[in-house]
Amino acid sequence: MEPTNTEAPEYFHKVVDCQWACPAHTPVPEYIRLIAQGRHADAYMVNWKSNVFPGILGRTCDRPCEPACRRGRVDEEPVAICRLKRVAADNKGDVAARMPQPPKKRIGKKVACIGAGPASMTVARDLAPLGYDVTVYDADAKAGGMIRSQIPRFRLPESVIDEEMGFITALGPRMRLNRRVDSLAALLRRDYDAIFVGTGAPRGRDLDIPGRAEAAANVHIGIEWLANVSFGHVDRIGKRVIVLGGGNTAMDCCRTSRRLGGEEVKVIVRSGYDEMKASPWEKEDAQHEGIPILNYLVPKAFTHEDGRLTGVTFEKVAPVFDEQGRRRLEPTGEPDEHHECDDVLVAIGQENSFPWIERDIGLEFDKWGMPVVDETTFQSTHPKVFFGGDAAFGPKNIIWAVAHGHEAAISIDHHCRGADLRLRPPPGVRVSSQKMGIHEWSYDNDVSPEDRQKVPLLPLAQALGDVKAEVELGFDDPRSWAETQRCLNCDVQTVFSRTLCIECDACVDICPTDCITFTVNGDEADLRPRLKAPATNLDQALYVSSTLPTGRVLVKDEDVCLHCGLCAERCPTGAWDMQKTLVEMSHAGGCAR
Amino acid sequence: MTYIAKPQFHHPSLKHNALGFTRRDYEGKVSTLCAGCGHDSISAAIVQACFEIDLEPHRLAKLSGIGCSSKTPDYFLGASHGFNTVHGRMPSVLTGANLANRSLIYLGVSGDGDSASIGLGQFAHAMRRGVNMTYIVENNGVYGLTKGQFSATADKGSKSKKGVVNSDSGIDMVGLALQLGATFVARSFSGDKDQLVPLIKAALTHKGAAFIDVLSPCIAFNNHKGSTKSFDWVREHNEAVNRLDVLMARMAVTASYEPGSLTEVTQHDGSVLLLRKVAEDYDPTDHAGAISYLQHAHAAGEIVTGLLYVDPEAEELHDALGTVKQPLNALSDEELVPPVAALAKINAGLR
Repeated sequence: MEPTNTEAPEYFHKVVDCQWACPAHTPVPEYIRLIAQGRHADAYMVNWKSNVFPGILGRTCDRPCEPACRRGRVDEEPVAICRLKRVAADNKGDVAARMPQPPKKRIGKKVACIGAGPASMTVARDLAPLGYDVTVYDADAKAGGMIRSQIPRFRLPESVIDEEMGFITALGPRMRLNRRVDSLAALLRRDYDAIFVGTGAPRGRDLDIPGRAEAAANVHIGIEWLANVSFGHVDRIGKRVIVLGGGNTAMDCCRTSRRLGGEEVKVIVRSGYDEMKASPWEKEDAQHEGIPILNYLVPKAFTHEDGRLTGVTFEKVAPVFDEQGRRRLEPTGEPDEHHECDDVLVAIGQENSFPWIERDIGLEFDKWGMPVVDETTFQSTHPKVFFGGDAAFGPKNIIWAVAHGHEAAISIDHHCRGADLRLRPPPGVRVSSQKMGIHEWSYDNDVSPEDRQKVPLLPLAQALGDVKAEVELGFDDPRSWAETQRCLNCDVQTVFSRTLCIECDACVDICPTDCITFTVNGDEADLRPRLKAPATNLDQALYVSSTLPTGRVLVKDEDVCLHCGLCAERCPTGAWDMQKTLVEMSHAGGCAR
Repeated sequence: MTYIAKPQFHHPSLKHNALGFTRRDYEGKVSTLCAGCGHDSISAAIVQACFEIDLEPHRLAKLSGIGCSSKTPDYFLGASHGFNTVHGRMPSVLTGANLANRSLIYLGVSGDGDSASIGLGQFAHAMRRGVNMTYIVENNGVYGLTKGQFSATADKGSKSKKGVVNSDSGIDMVGLALQLGATFVARSFSGDKDQLVPLIKAALTHKGAAFIDVLSPCIAFNNHKGSTKSFDWVREHNEAVNRLDVLMARMAVTASYEPGSLTEVTQHDGSVLLLRKVAEDYDPTDHAGAISYLQHAHAAGEIVTGLLYVDPEAEELHDALGTVKQPLNALSDEELVPPVAALAKINAGLR
């Protein structure tokens, strides 16, 4: 293999698995260390800069970071990154003085953001401090979009939404609330230099099976029903409730039902338990509240009597695998199952909907009715119109919406300044050695053996009694401390200097996870199996040096390195050093800091 | 300054041996030697060898004297028996322990100061008596603990870190061991575990006195230009006579070798030493030939490594003394206290 180029910012960034997996690339280990030091406000600002909504995401994020966490490959469970984020948000105190100030001078460029959800508000946050005149339109009375309308209050208190939306509105964007945009053409005729569409995926998919029309009074579309609960239009549901669907919306529906009078609430899903779209922890939370999840049942008909819903009939199916290993669901031939109920919540997916965008304004749509959007610039085929969040590429989640917002804001900034949209600003990378003495590092290199901390919950009876009572209590100080210590500090990199190495093997002998091998070079497929421990995780890079005096090369498998620094402690010549690489994505305005 | 313990987390593919232990289970405390010390590599090789021969940790006793090398038994086999004796006295304490309990496997770890200076006499007698043990000398040619004076194994003409040239003749521990009657003699290098680990495995399974001289560079005081115990010097002058694979008795020979290139030696316990020839004319079962070969190679400035001599039919001290088969602590009062009749018989014989 060729020697690894560690100068390229991607190489060490990729070693920080959590940060690499995060769509917004939040520097996770950096803020976890700050939390450990009790510097919650600093930790909050590291987050705020990168993901804009730390308090909201600390409760609701889909956590792509956690399955990626290196700890999960050497220990039973990954670090509770998401819950630590909440610790930073809950304990930050007053951070108003740390926030950017509204600009004194405007630059005379006008940007409209349609929708006040996470994508639009990220664009507003990135552009407003640069002197743009940003106007945000939303049909609802308050900013937040799906964060406010669809996420139940018992998971996310309204005060958290108000505070974090408030940080953005304080930067001076004009908020045009209660104002639904019903014509993009009309908006384009006004003097906006750019328009950002962040209208989400606002339509819940319906289930067109026999009995749907007759039982309509008791069959509800999940996200519409959740919005009605959020805004106080609905405050009760029948005693027996069936939730159809296996995603996170289904989990929110069933748990909300339990709080609004549903005593016998079931989730019924077509697929198997493991293939359900809902995050594992959301399924667990639902089951913890006494909600059974029934699998491999396909709804066939709503049954009704005298215009009233009586239940749902299901066909039983089983997974069948073809030669390519693809799975199909086939009827088992067993008799159908009937489940009685008073209400049904349909949570089988969301769709985009753009009835308000005229099709003759030079903005192309594909055959699925989705706008044609560039995946790098988020620009549509109309040069002034940009998309982001669920509106761009279909339903994802909040953190993706934030990442889209950052990228779209960069494009809008370039567009307004006449710069090339394809020239993306590189991330800022700061590298600093952590060595302070022979066995002293400026990070805590002792790896904690603790198990993942559990989040304390409100007692079940109390939680089910109030739809607004936040069910997770968050980590207290001891739990927070213990959890921070589980982080392996993957951003503190093992950096090898070939010219200093004397090939004494000390690093090979001390490495607890057998990451280091000195051997003759070969191609990657040849090297991987013959390292001290086989490097079978192909997603993880091999760090290869140039040839050493004995004709061998150093090969380090990044896969399960604990970043404990023992290789550097046992190195007599300082050929190994532990260097912190802080990678920060650039936002609009061009600089990372 | 704090030392952290080596984290218990390990690679997911870490293997288990026949006893269900992983290699990590054979480790000891974290080393306090200088960073990069060759001795730590030898400790790692001992850990690897014990793991590979499925050694039950409670069946091994590790003994040492004084010095950097003699500290190392604390850094491996944390679950085995250990005795850190006085300077140069490891061989006699080990001999005593061995006589009292012959059921254990004995590993003596010593250094060039401990064995070639203060303990030279002890070393000599353990070898000539054929104490059933593995004797490892971690040989760096220097007194590291007292900051770099020449030890007795430093070569004549080599230079100290301060620039002083050694005027005394160096003691060749391998030559001595051969002369004194050790029945397994090997030399290796801390920087070559592929060679060292099989040698330790073979030594631990050898019946009789097994001696391994391991060149182990002292990073702090003897790894400079002019030293003949530095990484660079040893790598440049290392001439391996053979490469060893050890097959434990129960394993079948699976590897294929070119005919004529391989010598098979079956040891007392049934384990098989497979020796691949590197030097064409070297026969490790020829005692006189080995001594002569080593003398010539030494004169040519070569450092000969590999399995230099083995006598698979060797006897050991217990055979010579005709001692009981059981360890003394397993003997009952009945066996230990002779009845009155026995005393009468002895007395009668003296009349």
